[in-house]
Amino acid sequence: MYKLGNNNIQRRSLLAKLGRLLGSTVPYVGGGLATFASGSSDAQGMYSGTLRSLPELIDPIVKGAPLFKTRIRIEMPLLADNGNLVSLGIKSNLPMTQNEYVQKIYLLSQRNPVVQMALFYLGPWSGDANISTRVRLAGSQFIVALAQTSKGEFYYDQFDVIVTESACVDGS
Amino acid sequence: MSIARLQVLGDLREGQIVRIRLLIQHAMDTGYLQNISGQNIPRNIIKKITCQADQFEIFRVDPSSGIAANPYFEFSWRVSPAKILRTLWVDDIGVEGELLTPIDVKINS
Repeated sequence: MYKLGNNNIQRRSLLAKLGRLLGSTVPYVGGGLATFASGSSDAQGMYSGTLRSLPELIDPIVKGAPLFKTRIRIEMPLLADNGNLVSLGIKSNLPMTQNEYVQKIYLLSQRNPVVQMALFYLGPWSGDANISTRVRLAGSQFIVALAQTSKGEFYYDQFDVIVTESACVDGS
Repeated sequence: MSIARLQVLGDLREGQIVRIRLLIQHAMDTGYLQNISGQNIPRNIIKKITCQADQFEIFRVDPSSGIAANPYFEFSWRVSPAKILRTLWVDDIGVEGELLTPIDVKINS
């Protein structure tokens, strides 16, 4: 199923190119084991074969605002047996005070037919910006958690996950 | 049988941060799957969930089809004096749900 040969190398060089595009302020964690896989999803009229790049995912939301890859972390299994239900935690140590707090957390998917898996609205009444949920994943990909603070800054993390059985496809 | 459950973890004392677990029973049909006779099951997703503590919104989430069936959310809340947690949700076909959870907040004296 996984091809660790050419695909991975192409992916690494692609990510490196993307990193150069956005400048050195944004470090990119490339590589990982997420590979290209075509499934029966096409037969069901669902277009989810393409992997979106990180700028494609976050640029429509960030719109040039300051972006940092710190202080927020995704916690989920490296390998998910079943894409229909994958537990996912977002941990962050961003301040949650009256003056500065996390307003929104976007949960974005690289491959799912719907990019934005969920949008959480938080505030100083939340106390902290830690969230757990369970998501559906249409195949191996990286997940992005993007937090928007009240000062207009963005913090993100990405996590590579291998999904052996995609959601959206009837396994039976 | 209730269709949702809400559980508060931690000390419900004013100013403390507690964790709230919310589980709603819902199929969250994506619209991509077919039933046994090959017809598409139409999309039906919970599109908005809010949790209020005495009218004040403490948590809101807009899920999409990327959230698993029977959506589960765990979030934090800095406890403020409130008597009831009210959870509301609505799905694509307009079915609304409500869960009322009475809470007993200890006030700092």
